[in-house]
Amino acid sequence: MPWISACSTDDIDAEDLIRWDHGAQTFAIYHSPDGQFYATAGRCTHEDVHLCDGLVMGHLIECPKHNGQFDYRTGEAKRAPVCVNLRTFPVKVEAGQVYVEVP
Amino acid sequence: MGKRDYSPFGADAKRAVDSGLTAAEWYHTEVPRKVMKDLMARSDGPAIRDTILLYGSMILLAGIGIALWPSWWSAPFWLAYGVLYGSASDSRWHECSHGTAFKTPWMNNWVYQIASFMIMRNSATWRWSHARHHSETYLVGRDPEIAVMRPPELAKLILNFFGILDVLKFFPTLIRNAVSGPTAEERTFVPESEWGKVQRVALIHLTIYLATLGLAVALGSILPLMVIGLPRLYGAWHHVMTGLLQHGGLADNVIDHRLNSRTVLMNPISRFIYWNMNYHVEHHMFPMVPYHALPRLHEVIKADLPPPNRSIAEAFREMWPALKRQLLNEDYFLKRDLPPTAKPYREDFHQYVPGMMRPAAAE
Repeated sequence: MPWISACSTDDIDAEDLIRWDHGAQTFAIYHSPDGQFYATAGRCTHEDVHLCDGLVMGHLIECPKHNGQFDYRTGEAKRAPVCVNLRTFPVKVEAGQVYVEVP
Repeated sequence: MGKRDYSPFGADAKRAVDSGLTAAEWYHTEVPRKVMKDLMARSDGPAIRDTILLYGSMILLAGIGIALWPSWWSAPFWLAYGVLYGSASDSRWHECSHGTAFKTPWMNNWVYQIASFMIMRNSATWRWSHARHHSETYLVGRDPEIAVMRPPELAKLILNFFGILDVLKFFPTLIRNAVSGPTAEERTFVPESEWGKVQRVALIHLTIYLATLGLAVALGSILPLMVIGLPRLYGAWHHVMTGLLQHGGLADNVIDHRLNSRTVLMNPISRFIYWNMNYHVEHHMFPMVPYHALPRLHEVIKADLPPPNRSIAEAFREMWPALKRQLLNEDYFLKRDLPPTAKPYREDFHQYVPGMMRPAAAE
């Protein structure tokens, strides 16, 4: 699976996320408080709402519509109403660029 | 549109799905990301302060009420206690169900469970009904929390100022939940993985009510019920009064909260009881913003919203005639003017969906 350059490390504040679209797919890319980068599917598994307007708290992303929470490092659903885990994608950082391994 | 069918299994529910209404994206005002992050930030301080004030006041008021019982001098203390039990618990249930009141999850959960018991709602069921209320606010047949159906049944609305219908509905459902889990209707919005939790919560609530009733019988006095249970009746009026204003007389089957929700400026006591849910357009548009930040959010986005009603009385003067008109014309609703600085309502989308906002029905 190809590694695609998604954004610069400077594009995302610490403890925040951005939306990244590639082809027909949409992703959420996170910058954790400890300086790591992560990527998940862009839309909440509960309803069809993009996570990019949500709130990052530590290693949790909270959906902007119903306040469901996921651990964006593992995709694990952490708080109702989300019950289904979020898909995650491998990420690497090279020369200030964030790359996502896109399926 | 004519006669509305509020059943989750009815024609209107099906039409809302088939027309794409349930999948449509709701309008929201543009707010810079940094501003919104600041507004969404969580903290424990305001909710801890308010919770200590709330439960401390309840203990004090109930204590004085018990001390003065059965004298009529105890009545004012019961009335005040009742509002905190039967109305403030509604807003605590609401904010904690969103998980936004406190930063610390267990604090949200504890206050949510206590408030759910007081307001007589199954904490497992209602978490899901409220999620649906936010996804599909006032979509007929889809939103299980429509407080004022059309045509409005005004006698029922008035009875509910004393919690009568809510309580009459609650206990049969409680027993059914305790015996067999969620009802068929509840199973339309509660995931199967949660059905066991619904039953467990019902059993706990039922046990507490039976114990209270048993104590009342043993003592030969209704005093235990004055503390647990009855305040849901004699203290309900404030949450019904404020709750009716949230969406009453406004549009249904739309995807713009400026059309179906109402913001009302209120006195500080009502805002404490109601935990700032008087900023209701703001809350629906941005449910991640905690109650204590809603006044700031209002300042940020008010140029894009209809002007708020300036008091509870003014809001009732606006809503009540609209409800009376809906007795004769179910399609009637209030359509408030937007300020010149606001983006227009999403008329384009609404006109495509059968039964949605029609110019002839609005004013």
